[in-house]
Amino acid sequence: MSNGTVIVGACQAGFQIAASLREKGYGERILLIGEESYAPYQRPPLSKAYMTGDPSIEKLLLRAPGFYEMNKIEFVSGERITEVDLRGGRVVSAGGTAFSFDHLALATGCAARKLPLPGGDLPGVMTLRDIPDALEMRERLHAAENVVVIGGGFIGLESAAVAAKLGKKAVVLEAMDRLLARVVAPPMSDFYAAAHARRGVTVVLNARIERIEGDANGVRGVRMQDGSLLPADLVVVGIGGVARTELAQQVGIECSNGILVDDRARTSIAEVVAAGDVATHRDLYGRATRLESVQNAIDQAKTAAASILGLEEHYTAVPWFWSDQADLKLQITGLSTGYDNFVVRGVPDSESFSLLYYAGDRLIAVDSVGKPADHLAARRILAAGVAVPKDVAADLAVPLKSLLG
Amino acid sequence: MTEIVFRLANGTEHRVQAQEGDTVMSAALKNGVPGIIAECGGSCSCATCHCYLPGDKINAFPAMESFEEEMLEGVASERLPTSRLSCQLNITPDHAGIVIDIPATQL
Repeated sequence: MSNGTVIVGACQAGFQIAASLREKGYGERILLIGEESYAPYQRPPLSKAYMTGDPSIEKLLLRAPGFYEMNKIEFVSGERITEVDLRGGRVVSAGGTAFSFDHLALATGCAARKLPLPGGDLPGVMTLRDIPDALEMRERLHAAENVVVIGGGFIGLESAAVAAKLGKKAVVLEAMDRLLARVVAPPMSDFYAAAHARRGVTVVLNARIERIEGDANGVRGVRMQDGSLLPADLVVVGIGGVARTELAQQVGIECSNGILVDDRARTSIAEVVAAGDVATHRDLYGRATRLESVQNAIDQAKTAAASILGLEEHYTAVPWFWSDQADLKLQITGLSTGYDNFVVRGVPDSESFSLLYYAGDRLIAVDSVGKPADHLAARRILAAGVAVPKDVAADLAVPLKSLLG
Repeated sequence: MTEIVFRLANGTEHRVQAQEGDTVMSAALKNGVPGIIAECGGSCSCATCHCYLPGDKINAFPAMESFEEEMLEGVASERLPTSRLSCQLNITPDHAGIVIDIPATQL
């Protein structure tokens, strides 16, 4: 048998599965299939530097085109896989092309959740997920005067910061009573609300939206439930992602908010692995977790490649993540879900501080704003399971690094 | 095109042609030079593109900002006075022939 491996999804995770297979000595055919026309590229900059900087795609590419040839990775662009035939060992694209495999890797990622409100599909109401979205948003953003962002999560806040930087009137509408409510503790939410306000972004919490108004020529505004109208010529919707599990479900692979995988990135069907945004795994604390991050894509993909090769590698990497909002860099490590107390290290209004999350006395996550040394030390501390006493955590005179001995 | 040289911890040298707009990091990645990981893609977030400049050329690039300085405190290999994060180093024709050392590990 030498049909090799077919990887569906030419994204960060898909790319990494292919690259790691070759690095680990895989000698069979590798087919990396993407539905977009671009070779694998970085998505994080799309909501950040790419909006205001150099518009060329080249800088986003994970590798130069020669990489694929040199590593005998067959990259197929513009083919959307719509069918998996497990018994026949092949996948079939919307255009009817079949690709045979011995091993199948699913790196199908996420789709942006659409706004489930009247007017949510008007021109100028946008989600941001890929290069075509980013190119359109760039154009609309530069032409816009009033930008309304729906959703006070990472993509929403990053987009609002970009709009404000370009001199636009930017408003963030968040349905919850604080920003980033699903991922950070209240002091961090409060910090970002204040920091964005200082940079000219209007943040509205507990926002109740009635509908989006406009016509075929474009969006005109956001009508709130209290009757007021926020003028808008661009509405950015950042209300989360939905795992693209359709192919997995088609063949009965177990899914629950994502494709369920074990700590070796294996799905419920032996010859199929999955990695990245689409995969739900048991995290360090045994909880079903689906992470949308570069780190998760890379580390889980490496594990998936090992499993294809029959090697036993377990995915135990400590998660980390970053977000650039205006001139502020947030770096997160660990998973704060389930914390019951926290320690603030430094003064939030100085725009340089960390927030340490504990479950009882055990440190489980650290968020750092403008404190990269804390972040890098925390990654090692969490990986090594080193205890961080709370009085030490709060004491800026003691570098976290010193706890590593 | 500007030719620069990467030297791995084991002494192996890779000569690469950097293009206009490349950073030291992107020149390494594009040309398949091992040892520069750059997990964050060059946004100064991960400290896995650590490199060493030649001792007599530490001023060949603009001085680092405080954020990079602090990131370097957390690199995996030894931090030296010549340490930089290669994602922050924009290559210009003036850098032709410069030899960049790559540390033994980034993780």
